[in-house]
Amino acid sequence: MAASRKLTRRQVLQGTAAAGALGMLGRFDWIGQAWGATDKVKMGFIFVGPRDDYGYNQAHFEGKSAVAKLDWAKAFDEEKVPETIEVQKTMESMIKLDGAQVIFPTSFGYFDPHILKVAPQYPNIQFLHCGGLYQEGKHPKNVGSYFGYIDESQYVAGIVAGGMSKSGKLGFVAAKPIPQVLRNINNYMLGARSIRPNCTTNVIFTGDWSLPVREAEATNSLVDQGIDVITCHVDSPKVVITTAEKRGIYCTGYHCNQAKLAPRGYLTGAEWNWAKVYMDYAELIRKGEPIPHLIRGGLKEGLVKVSEYHQTVTEAVRTQAEAAKAKFMSGSMVVYKGPIKDNTGRVVIAAGKEHVQTDIWLESMDWLVEGVIGSTKS
Amino acid sequence: MPHTLNKALEPFLIIVGSLSVSMVLFGAFVAAAGANPFEVYQTMYRAAFGTSFSWQNTLIRAAPLMLTALCTALPGYLGLIIIGGEGAVVMGGLFAAIAALTIPDAPPMVVLTTMALAGMAAGAIWLAIGGALRHYRAVNETISSLLLNYIAIALLNHLVTSTFRDPESLNHPSTHHIGEANMIGLIPGTDLHWGLAFGIVACVLSWFLMHHTVFGFSSQIAGGNVRAAQIAGLPVGRLILIVCCVAGAAGGLAGMVEVAAIHGRANDTLNANYGYAGILVAFVARNNPLAIIPVAVLLGGIRASSGLLQRVHELPDATVLVMQGIIFLVILFSETLYGRFSRMPKEGAA
Repeated sequence: MAASRKLTRRQVLQGTAAAGALGMLGRFDWIGQAWGATDKVKMGFIFVGPRDDYGYNQAHFEGKSAVAKLDWAKAFDEEKVPETIEVQKTMESMIKLDGAQVIFPTSFGYFDPHILKVAPQYPNIQFLHCGGLYQEGKHPKNVGSYFGYIDESQYVAGIVAGGMSKSGKLGFVAAKPIPQVLRNINNYMLGARSIRPNCTTNVIFTGDWSLPVREAEATNSLVDQGIDVITCHVDSPKVVITTAEKRGIYCTGYHCNQAKLAPRGYLTGAEWNWAKVYMDYAELIRKGEPIPHLIRGGLKEGLVKVSEYHQTVTEAVRTQAEAAKAKFMSGSMVVYKGPIKDNTGRVVIAAGKEHVQTDIWLESMDWLVEGVIGSTKS
Repeated sequence: MPHTLNKALEPFLIIVGSLSVSMVLFGAFVAAAGANPFEVYQTMYRAAFGTSFSWQNTLIRAAPLMLTALCTALPGYLGLIIIGGEGAVVMGGLFAAIAALTIPDAPPMVVLTTMALAGMAAGAIWLAIGGALRHYRAVNETISSLLLNYIAIALLNHLVTSTFRDPESLNHPSTHHIGEANMIGLIPGTDLHWGLAFGIVACVLSWFLMHHTVFGFSSQIAGGNVRAAQIAGLPVGRLILIVCCVAGAAGGLAGMVEVAAIHGRANDTLNANYGYAGILVAFVARNNPLAIIPVAVLLGGIRASSGLLQRVHELPDATVLVMQGIIFLVILFSETLYGRFSRMPKEGAA
């Protein structure tokens, strides 16, 4: 790693020196040759937060690191790029200065208006956005979108949480009451209730994606209310997980593996598997094959995974979790199968009705399932 | 004659000297982080000012900072330390969007003017609250303006997830779009939006107001000694309120530009820390509105260079924050140097 870094830096410096002599156009040509391989697939990754956040951005960085190891690919990245005009400039800079052929802006808010503004100006560059927002006919042709059904992993984690809890009270620290988050909470609850019908999940919405102090307060308050397993949906689960470990309760992770942060209490977790997605994309680009505009999938497609179970997870719980996982893998699992009531007693899915994973109806979820203590209005 | 020359040169020399010291300190930091400082500076120059793309990248980042720096700089003339620029930006952007949505059928020029007025009014009121609390209730304006930022952000988040939410903005709660026809567009021949022009004009006008009008003179007197100003019959309270309003209007305009030039809607991206970066700009510029322009460009350049530093030298993004922090501290320390250089020759002569 260190050796390759040194080489890169020197090459770029030579490029800088050459730039003075050759002028701008000359330099761009030169950079193409300097990497010694015009056939290398050059991929630029953009993260909204730090690479090592033990969360959303680290999950993407791990995916980037996987493709960076390929000898026919070159991957570079930028962290902490806000969802303002700055990300437009970052994309353009990666294209103009680094010769990126494909850009992965990984934050949800990068799409509209930023990618939609930059992509039409660079029709030969691929813009692949994490979030599943692409719509045929409405968005530029060189734009694609990918997203994983991580709620499937949350369902499995919910089973483990419900099975391992002594009090039957689970906790969930969530950022905002938006469909993606609500779906994770509901899946967690439904997973837990599938093996333990009376358990509950206390939810606290912090209001934003990265509020470490409030996340710690929420965790402590939930522990004080008697919950004994906690999970979260915020950009970085680090604070929630370490606080839970300090308070001596169990936790299940989110985004990436946080087992290192909680060696005693990390039961399992819902993880992204971006390495697979990025490897697949890189392979398609290398072969010059058409890139699908929309890639979505869950456990079966390998876009998400479940962390290894902690040694304390009992055999009985493991079996139940694995059984659910197997159903997801075979495609026979339907989580949203009626009758399902929300936590105000309203029937949201009537008996006999099913909403399969890909059902668009689930994408506008605005309710919390029975057993969840909390409100989307908070 | 040498004395007046000293007086004019002093701030310039001290600022340049401070920046040089900062560069040496930052160079040492970079070396400690395992990178070659000369190469790093070379990269930073290339990323910030090396090509026409770099220049545009720098200027586009400088634009909002010019406006938010005024939020801190103008009240500074009255001796107030107001750090509520973030709140002014957020409120300005929010109410500019709301204003545009109330008149959907008006021609674009009318919509944009209304947005600008609404945004400036919202920002003005927001900073004036801090100024009024200072004058009438003796509440520390630094604390109150800081806390008002959080209230503004909470209000924004509340309104875009409830009353003004576009129901289609499922996973990114936002207001409705103001309409493509109502977007403000680019300065012809560039890739820069009009926010840059607004920033420069606002800085020049503010400088004129504070340095070449009776109002500005009164404000400086009040800032120098409130008691003396009151004895001289100056309406200190009114001065504070008006200056805070002008400052807040600048911040509100920055928020309006974010909505009208970039996002097309109001949402949580308005809270992009431009307000806090503006404080740094104002401090480095020693509250002088004209000096804000080059300082904002410098800071915009530093921010623009972060990307290339990460990609070429594999340094973390925090590197440029360290640089900003070093500059901030060195400039603060350099305050103690004022007055020493003009005195020294006299002592030597005596």
